[in-house]
Amino acid sequence: MVDITIGAAGAIQPAEVKDVELYHPKSWVTKYVFSQDAKVIAVQYSITALSIGLVALVLSWMMRLQLAFPSSFSLIGPAEYLQFITMHGMIMVIYLLTALFLGGFGNYLIPLMVGARDMVFPYVNMLSYWVYLLAVLVLVASFFMPGGPTGAGWTLYPPQAILSGTPGQQWGIILMLSSLILFIIGFTMGGLNYVVTVLQARTRGMTMMRLPLTVWGILTATVLALLAFPALFVGSVMLLFDRVLGTSFFIPAVVELGQHLKYSGGSPLMFQHLFWFFGHPEVYIVAVPAFGIVSDLISTHARKNIFGYRMMVWAIVAIGALSFVVWAHHMYVSGMNPYFGFFFATTTLIIAIPTAIKVYNWVLTLWRGDIHLTVPMLFALSFIVTFVNGGLTGLFLGNVVVDVPLSDTMFVVAHFHMVMGMAPIFVIFGGIYHWYPKVTGRMLDEMLGKFHFWVTFLGAYLIYFPMHYLGLLGVPRRYFELGETAFVPQSATTLNIFITIAALTVGFAQMVFLFNLIWSLFKGKPAGSNPWRATTLEWQTPETPPGHGNWGKELPVVYRWAYDYSVPGAEQDFVPQNQPAIARAA
Amino acid sequence: MSFTILFFLAPIGVIVAWWLSRQRLMAKPWLDVSAIGEVPDTGASSSPAATVGLGVFLAVVSSLFALFISAYFMRMQVADWVQLPAPKLLWFNTGVLILSSVALQYAQVAARRGRIQDVGDGLIVGGLFALTFLVGQLYVWRQLNAAGYFLFTGVHGLHLLGGLVALGKTGDKVWRGFEVKPGALERAAVRSLVAFSACPLARLIQSPDAVGGRFRTSSVAGW
Repeated sequence: MVDITIGAAGAIQPAEVKDVELYHPKSWVTKYVFSQDAKVIAVQYSITALSIGLVALVLSWMMRLQLAFPSSFSLIGPAEYLQFITMHGMIMVIYLLTALFLGGFGNYLIPLMVGARDMVFPYVNMLSYWVYLLAVLVLVASFFMPGGPTGAGWTLYPPQAILSGTPGQQWGIILMLSSLILFIIGFTMGGLNYVVTVLQARTRGMTMMRLPLTVWGILTATVLALLAFPALFVGSVMLLFDRVLGTSFFIPAVVELGQHLKYSGGSPLMFQHLFWFFGHPEVYIVAVPAFGIVSDLISTHARKNIFGYRMMVWAIVAIGALSFVVWAHHMYVSGMNPYFGFFFATTTLIIAIPTAIKVYNWVLTLWRGDIHLTVPMLFALSFIVTFVNGGLTGLFLGNVVVDVPLSDTMFVVAHFHMVMGMAPIFVIFGGIYHWYPKVTGRMLDEMLGKFHFWVTFLGAYLIYFPMHYLGLLGVPRRYFELGETAFVPQSATTLNIFITIAALTVGFAQMVFLFNLIWSLFKGKPAGSNPWRATTLEWQTPETPPGHGNWGKELPVVYRWAYDYSVPGAEQDFVPQNQPAIARAA
Repeated sequence: MSFTILFFLAPIGVIVAWWLSRQRLMAKPWLDVSAIGEVPDTGASSSPAATVGLGVFLAVVSSLFALFISAYFMRMQVADWVQLPAPKLLWFNTGVLILSSVALQYAQVAARRGRIQDVGDGLIVGGLFALTFLVGQLYVWRQLNAAGYFLFTGVHGLHLLGGLVALGKTGDKVWRGFEVKPGALERAAVRSLVAFSACPLARLIQSPDAVGGRFRTSSVAGW
């Protein structure tokens, strides 16, 4: 590729968009409700995701209360416990993390960071949010139907998912599957936008290798999601047919309460394959945007260029590709061929290589940096630590021989809560503290933010470190009540009470965070256009919050990469991407 | 499961790798500061966003079909699988679908050369063949009504119906003499290609949906 001068004919897009090409809201409703502006859609996505996430948080308190004080609460019976587990998992993984990273951060940051005026298909983008909202409402509706929501576990394994012993068999499972199908349709609409906007709507000078890593992360995650969600779609449609129409895709001949059901010949294992072909990439759909965001947070708040930018890009792509060939490591105990298990254990462990490259690069970015311990930075640092901790237990579980005894114990619960629960949520918090000033024009309160950080961070370790130990003792997951066993000592109960107290405390800190979000909207310190003195384009908008069309009259031109911090000889300690090099002597 | 999935993933992987290879991944962006008037090309495709979007969407759709088909293969291995009679009409339908694709391809070529009259003809013929295909499928479903239930052909039918809506919109524009955007015709053309490539699959899938096991139902659900 050769350099092209501005004004030469070719691929360079016009700086000024003709007025007709931009969608203009005409009333309050089209501006704030049925808006086609990616920034408004991003806020809608984020608020919806955080609201439904709050429901999932409350469900986790219920489970913790039951585990610490078995059968002390009449509200929580065995059926309810299973329902809480299922809904907590499904909401957190799909309706909160996926929707917030891609629908929330993706919508807000992609157009601003690549220097576009909006997403390329704004109408489809708007539809995407409304279908997502519908999916959430269908999910919530299952709480109010006879029989309640499904209690099949977030993996929805058949045959139990649709048989009568499982709570929510009547309506819950139908609404769950319908909601998933809707979510995938809505996500696909949004996902097309994210990908094509990055590919086609970058402003002049913004090559792929000048993109901030946040955009690389979101782009890769979206591609993964677009290819992996169809597996969940296929599985959900077939399972829905099995439940509603009585087909036998997944259900073998079953005797229930002494009666032969009309099912026969279906393969439950086929569902596991479909589910995990989606389920494992899903881990990276959540993790890869987090990788990207954390890279930008660290670089900005340590005033240092990201170490090994090219390696970071390659590692993101490599992780994305590898995530499609590891799915069966979730199925070691399904009776698979040992050679099969060996193959998947190998691919699983290979992922550790690009992931380790990323961790090294983050640490080397911090090395001798001018580290500012702001709230976003604290969360970014806590992500690195937590991701490494959670990743190390992944090495245990990735090995077949170690996984088999640990399978279905609390060790697994602790592992995935560290690596894909707490770690990405830290990045979400960090991202919110970092970009809230751009979205609202006001800073979040720092004192409340630090309180939120320390309680959440330390609390997470108090919750999940002991949980690993419980798992090693052999305490199974998903059990409503353990009762008397020969192998679990009495002290496990005390530990459970401790974990519950920690969990409730962390939950309280989230209320402080929500208060901060609302309070700072009105009373926060005015932020100015670039409070973190960052280089990326979203901080260089003419207005804060950015106006309609993002860039005023003329699109920015990009002259450099996204990480020019502490450049020797520069006036300030950062050089924005839209600042040209000093003209060479003619 | 794994093998069919690999067949699907391999071409996607090749496309992604090809695209990545053109993004100067070996560049050292930290050394590469431009002065005013020396901005590098972004490397974006010269195709309109709608065309690129359609390409990405096709990857999603092929993912969907690949997974349906691999599920079909897995289910086929279970002992109670029943092979269904394949009526001759299916061959006729397949032929009609190919003709539909050929007509749409003709329309696209005509559009490139600016022969608007031929574009209209191609679209109408292509649309009629596609409709004939769908009607033919309905007949097959009615014939096989007693013997099975067709999820895949149902999905394929929905897919084609969606294509017909897009075709109708394009046709409407041509009819009213609007200047047809290249993107819109591309869309119709790619649709024809999809329909074309789906033919052998459709043929394959039109054997029984014993994936549905021994369940018998009316053909209504197929839609």
